[in-house]
Amino acid sequence: MPLEIMIKIQIDGKEYEVEPKKNLLETCLALGFDIPHFCFHAALGSVGACRLCAVKKFRNAEDTKGKIVMSCMEPVVEGLIISTDDEETKQFRAAVIEGLMTNHPHDCPICDEGGECHLQDMTVMTGHNYRRFDFKKRTFQNQNIGPFIHHEMNRCIECYRCVRFYRDYAGGKDLNVFASRNNVYFGRLEDGTLENEFSGNLVEVCPTGVFTDKTLKNHYTRKWDLSNAPSVCTHCSLGCNIIASERYDSLRRIMSRYNGEVNGYFICDRGRFGYEFVNDEKRIRKAEIRSGKTEILTEVDDSTLFSTLKDTFTANKKVIGIGSPRASLEANYALSVLVGSYNFYHGISTKEQDITKTVLNFLQQSGIPTPSLKQIEKADAVLILGEDLVNTAPMMALAVREASRNKGKEMAEKLGIPAWNAHPVMQVAQDAKSPIFIATPFKDSLDEVAETTFRGNLSDIAGLGFAVASALSAEAPTFKLTDKDQQSLAEKIALKLKNANNPVIISGINCGDEQLIRAACNIATALYSAEKKGVLSMVLPESNSMGLAYLEGKSLDDAISLTEKEEIDTLIVLENDLYRRATSTSVEQLFDRCKQVIVLDQLTNKMTLKADIVVPAATFAEAEGTLVNNEGRAQRYYKTIVNKNQVKESWRWLAEMIRIKTDSPSVQWKKFDDITSALIASNAAFAALKNYFSDADFRMLNEKIPRQPLRYSGRTSMHANVAVTETGIQPDIDSPLAFTMEGSHANPPSSLVPFYWSPGWNSVQAVNKYLDEPNGRMKGGDAGIKLIISVENAKTTYFKANIQPVELTKGEFLIVPVYQIFGSDEMSSAASTLSQRIPEPFVYLNPKDAEALKLEADELIQLEIDNTILKIKIRTEASIGLGMAGLSVNLPEMPFVDLPGRGKIYNMKVES
Amino acid sequence: MFSILRTIWLTFLHIFHKTETIEYPEVKPYLPPRYRGRIVLTRDADHNERCVACNLCAAACPVDCISLQATEDETGRRYPEFFRINFSRCIFCGFCEEACPTYAIQLIPDFEMAEYDRQNMVYEKEHLLIDGEGKYHGYNFHKEAGVDMGVKGKGEGKNEETPVDVKDLMP
Ligand code: SF4
Ligand code: SF4
Ligand code: SF4
Ligand code: SF4
Ligand code: FES
Repeated sequence: MPLEIMIKIQIDGKEYEVEPKKNLLETCLALGFDIPHFCFHAALGSVGACRLCAVKKFRNAEDTKGKIVMSCMEPVVEGLIISTDDEETKQFRAAVIEGLMTNHPHDCPICDEGGECHLQDMTVMTGHNYRRFDFKKRTFQNQNIGPFIHHEMNRCIECYRCVRFYRDYAGGKDLNVFASRNNVYFGRLEDGTLENEFSGNLVEVCPTGVFTDKTLKNHYTRKWDLSNAPSVCTHCSLGCNIIASERYDSLRRIMSRYNGEVNGYFICDRGRFGYEFVNDEKRIRKAEIRSGKTEILTEVDDSTLFSTLKDTFTANKKVIGIGSPRASLEANYALSVLVGSYNFYHGISTKEQDITKTVLNFLQQSGIPTPSLKQIEKADAVLILGEDLVNTAPMMALAVREASRNKGKEMAEKLGIPAWNAHPVMQVAQDAKSPIFIATPFKDSLDEVAETTFRGNLSDIAGLGFAVASALSAEAPTFKLTDKDQQSLAEKIALKLKNANNPVIISGINCGDEQLIRAACNIATALYSAEKKGVLSMVLPESNSMGLAYLEGKSLDDAISLTEKEEIDTLIVLENDLYRRATSTSVEQLFDRCKQVIVLDQLTNKMTLKADIVVPAATFAEAEGTLVNNEGRAQRYYKTIVNKNQVKESWRWLAEMIRIKTDSPSVQWKKFDDITSALIASNAAFAALKNYFSDADFRMLNEKIPRQPLRYSGRTSMHANVAVTETGIQPDIDSPLAFTMEGSHANPPSSLVPFYWSPGWNSVQAVNKYLDEPNGRMKGGDAGIKLIISVENAKTTYFKANIQPVELTKGEFLIVPVYQIFGSDEMSSAASTLSQRIPEPFVYLNPKDAEALKLEADELIQLEIDNTILKIKIRTEASIGLGMAGLSVNLPEMPFVDLPGRGKIYNMKVES
Repeated sequence: MFSILRTIWLTFLHIFHKTETIEYPEVKPYLPPRYRGRIVLTRDADHNERCVACNLCAAACPVDCISLQATEDETGRRYPEFFRINFSRCIFCGFCEEACPTYAIQLIPDFEMAEYDRQNMVYEKEHLLIDGEGKYHGYNFHKEAGVDMGVKGKGEGKNEETPVDVKDLMP
């Protein structure tokens, strides 16, 4: 980082050294001053709308009168003298709140924001406490804005944060401000579900109770009554940081947990509302055993389970284990120890495993850095190859949107307008955007920020990629596109990437095309070797896909072909619904050729119904675990719910099985730290974890870190219906956190922050007290540790371009996968509210192709691909190429289809 | 010597004073209406539950002996799904009553709550909810609040204007 020259300013008679280019409000907040504010949000900048952040500014040391200014609109300059606690300013702020309060309803007791309300905090902070206004209050009608968010418009204080986030930041279209003067209304044109994928952030962005979490409403709990833990979102490969909150043994809500490198202040709706599966009735909470292949599963207690397992392991010699990219590193490692790494299978297809390994090897060896989301936000040119980011890595799409605004900020900067001054920056920018190129098979909502979009099949896209690489560097494999326009596009992209200071290449393995990955790697290599800049970000399919790639193991296909050759005694499947990863014929064959199948999982699915022994595994909310995200950042989640019934962490079950199987005390994993130290010792790549994560003995001022806020209520009553004698605090041997309100309430290390609270700041805005500066780093550094360390002076190697021209026989279509933010992730799809947003399975077809097949939109067609026959609805989509079809994949009702592939589409009216 | 005699004399005089001791339980003591005894949950004049499950009483309680869970009926009216007070912990401080924004929770002049089994000191909503309004008559929170919870529509509450017509362009 270039060292900024610090400047001196004077606040309340004391001198401070601060960074220039900031506004006064963020500077004061960073210094720890409690300046009331509403409309300023560090990620959105300042607009000066609420007039609450007033401070007094003095012309010079002699000036005693001063003038009131809005601190959020005031740049910090050398020699600035201000006062934050001047009497006149205080009166001014109290008057602002008094004005806002004239229309505020008498709602706090029934308002879901109550107890964590920025407006409550500001009212108390400014000291307004008595209503002098004798007239009536303005009222509004509410809207039904969908299953995620509740709308209660009376509570609005017109700060404009919602529309600024929703429209200006997240690119939403369907929330707006209507009417005029004292009547302004924030809502939709008409009732209907908010469309934007980040709408849930309104809950945190809105300083009042206008937008509140509707899923929380179903089991409403005040913030002070929630028991929380720092956690990591498990619904895609980005690993956004979250706070998971519990009350009465159920998971109540997910909020974003600040991580300056990863998700910043926000998370996507899949991450926020996907949690309900933890409380679902489909959860497996008891161990079940089938006494014979034809018998039904019956619930058993631990001792019966263990004795059955003992018989199993004594009688059966050949035991294999299938791991999972959605299980933690620890659980996968424990399984590989149980069965031996030779018998450990990754539980993903050979293709997926190979591509993931290609990606990991490239990132480890090429010396090309892989960026965090924060770095992507800073990009001034972006090329996206193949990934539909909005649906496979939602927060990365948000980061790209932010990157698109860098051009405007740069233009404003030249005119002397600082980047935080949101409105003028927008005025200056108009439609100017940083160069962003999106090459994907069909359109998505991110297209609108693109300078140019490129549509084609996956080979076309890979071809474009190779052409860009070739245009960037003569060393790259020479590749020219025959189509003139395409070739000039490739050259244009190359030029823009070259001219940018922070170019970012984004691709991913979800479209399942290795050539595409290679093309992306080549572009990054060409750019890096020629210009010493450019970073490469790869999106992976699941929360721990990257972590799994670090472990030695074979693929799921290997396991299936193994069973073709020999019979297996016992198969252990860890948190993996194999029906989502291979055709049901091959999974069934795998089952048939294994005498006994043990499944550890959280939700009942096709697998657990077929298993001989079902073991109830803990979810992320009931376990500790480490996940490695797409940039190789290892992050840890901690349990927020005490395990009840027989539910236990997968690694604990597996440790138990190791004890039973080997009957030797050599593996003694009692606590989480035991297994992590074994994991760290097993692989040099994990060495960095050793000193990074605090172990369970870590103490803050000699005390554990409480999961519950100081005002946590009801502890002598919540379990009194069962037994009036109190059981005491549940011990937690696995982490430095404690299931209590007692302990050290000092700021813990960033990876252990269970909730944000600070005296006077009960709302989410308390997060500022945990940061170096607004929108900066967490104090002491952001959570998570990068396992991928880019090597210096790596040898430049290129992949060979190997693109086969696509030739289709008559009636054949090239089928590419279409992912859905709501539906394509396994666990979040089981969340009851989120599942209302899952679309019916569909196929995208070009309208011309549809016409040729005499099909109309929404008509059922028959799709034949690799022996799988699907009856599925079509959606006409003009952006998808002729001869191509996009098939919605991974939706709950969809069978496994190996994509990309070729298939035939029939009109059922004609054919049948 | 004199002081001893004086003390004996004064003590002797007490024989002729009115006794303060009450022959409880034959005679019941007078308890003022605001005596802080057994806690009840009251109803409003329309005979609906007053409690809106806001959790303020639970947060105010210094011994943490109140726990409840909020839920909503089909009109959106919030009420407690369960409401539990562990009276074996309660110190009858009255903080809960002070905190309550709806006059739902009230302490009443009754202290005869002794039990042989401590478990019986745990009162659920059915033991707490009474039929009347208790000490405070006439207050109905739902008419004061801005939210439409089946009691009054938007703009029909006390001190409320009729809802804004968003499409109105008049200045
Ligand atoms: S709805 Fe919330 S965020 Fe939007 S203007 Fe009103 S108070 Fe501000
Ligand atoms: S699903 Fe992905 S992008 Fe969304 S919150 Fe979770 S990790 Fe972040
Ligand atoms: S009287 Fe005091 S101790 Fe008893 S429930 Fe109310 S607040 Fe708690
Ligand atoms: S404070 Fe009153 S309204 Fe709120 S939960 Fe307690 S009894 Fe109910
Ligand atoms: S925060 Fe400065 S005017 Fe609103």
